[in-house]
Amino acid sequence: MTSPRRVTPEPFVWLMFSAGGVVAALILPVLLVLFGVAIPLGWVEAPDHAHLLAVLRHPLTRLALFGVCALALVHAAHRLRFTVEHTFRLGRYDPAIATVTYGAAAAGAAAAAYLLLTAFG
Amino acid sequence: MDQITLRVARYRPDDEETEPVLVDYDVPLRPDWAVLDGLNYIKDELDGTLSYRWSCRMGICGSCGMMVDGEPKLTCATFLVDLAPGPVRIEPLANFPVIRDLIVDLTDFMHKLSSVKPWLIRQDEQPVEDGEYLQTPAQLDEFKQFSMCINCMLCYAACPVYGLDGSFVGPAAIALAHRYDLDSRDEGDRQRLTILAQPDGVWDCTFVGECSTACPKGVDPAGAIQQAKLAAAQEAMKSLLLPWRSR
Amino acid sequence: MISPLEARYYRRRMPLLWWAHRRSYAIFVLRELSSAFVALFIVELLLLVRATARGPAAYESFLDTMAHPAMIVLNLIALAFVLLHAITFANLTPRAMIVRLRGRRVPSRVVLAGVYAGWLLVTAFLAWLLVAA
Repeated sequence: MTSPRRVTPEPFVWLMFSAGGVVAALILPVLLVLFGVAIPLGWVEAPDHAHLLAVLRHPLTRLALFGVCALALVHAAHRLRFTVEHTFRLGRYDPAIATVTYGAAAAGAAAAAYLLLTAFG
Repeated sequence: MDQITLRVARYRPDDEETEPVLVDYDVPLRPDWAVLDGLNYIKDELDGTLSYRWSCRMGICGSCGMMVDGEPKLTCATFLVDLAPGPVRIEPLANFPVIRDLIVDLTDFMHKLSSVKPWLIRQDEQPVEDGEYLQTPAQLDEFKQFSMCINCMLCYAACPVYGLDGSFVGPAAIALAHRYDLDSRDEGDRQRLTILAQPDGVWDCTFVGECSTACPKGVDPAGAIQQAKLAAAQEAMKSLLLPWRSR
Repeated sequence: MISPLEARYYRRRMPLLWWAHRRSYAIFVLRELSSAFVALFIVELLLLVRATARGPAAYESFLDTMAHPAMIVLNLIALAFVLLHAITFANLTPRAMIVRLRGRRVPSRVVLAGVYAGWLLVTAFLAWLLVAA
């Protein structure tokens, strides 16, 4: 069975999916606990606006934040692509589903880049 | 003596049956009897037309895999007392076409297995006079786990991805490809990775992990597939960054 | 081409709700669905960045929105899924990756301990950077 070698973007998508899974696992839980639960419920005092602005202004923060957002979105897109295809038996529509999921992730990453580049101008 | 009911899927296309039916058989419930012993009792004493595959009765030939109460199992290693009081539902391995009763068609698996070249590939064969290809215990440990596969196909029956898309190469074939990629005597990594990196290769796997749960020999095909993905992705990155290096 | 014999094979199809038939499959689907909450929180994070950039008033109003009971409930659900993702991803890492140090294979228990230590370290650093510093 020697079919001709086809070029496929899958390995690169998979690398980004894995990297996104790692960053999401490492940094999202603490951020979600802080901003989604602990601060709203008053367990922890919200960071001072000036302090948070100073942190976010730093180019390294913004670069890291862009990386986290882009990779985590690709991670989500990849998983949702297969979840939709597998849980609803829609594998034959893979080209359309992949276009929508990865397209949404790319749009989200572009929005994140725009925000992080311009909002602190 | 105690009895247990085996509810066995029968599919007899010769008798104009268009789909399997479940037939109940009462067999003796003995502490030392596996499901396979119950099936042999049916064949010998109750209904000689029942068809199923078996051979070694000791978990090494890999031919008696069936769905027992919905789980892929080697019937020679699944004991009736653990399933009492029953009835015990016995069906052919999931995800494969059924030829008759409990017998499934292996053709697809056989093609997939050979497609990943699970044998030692050498650039230059060493002459026989030079002796064996030597290997240290540490080098053996690298792949030993994956060489325990007995081709029983329980992992394919457990894999929803294979069930949904039959073109997926599947757990055992990838685990065996990986077994040779990890073998210090082998030089065929790039050939196999090229095959596994195809769209129907490793990428369809979503790490459900049920293949490793189902494996009766303690192989971890799910882990092997992810390791193969990483190796294939590294190869793809190298060919992208160093295109002159690619074959 | 299939032979007349093959034409008589009984071919089964996965049931449409195959993942509801088995506990382990259902847990797998929940694990995969965690990614929707990952994406949701990325959106919340970007809204926080935008509010902070727009000034103290926008930042305060963002905090007020997050304190709405419905948002807290949503974020608690999101947290449960994000933790499911983090734990399953960490636990699968030693199986997916062979780590070598000086040519020797690191045992998977050590790799797993390393993953969790890294998680703790990143968590502590971020908590310090955001609320303690």
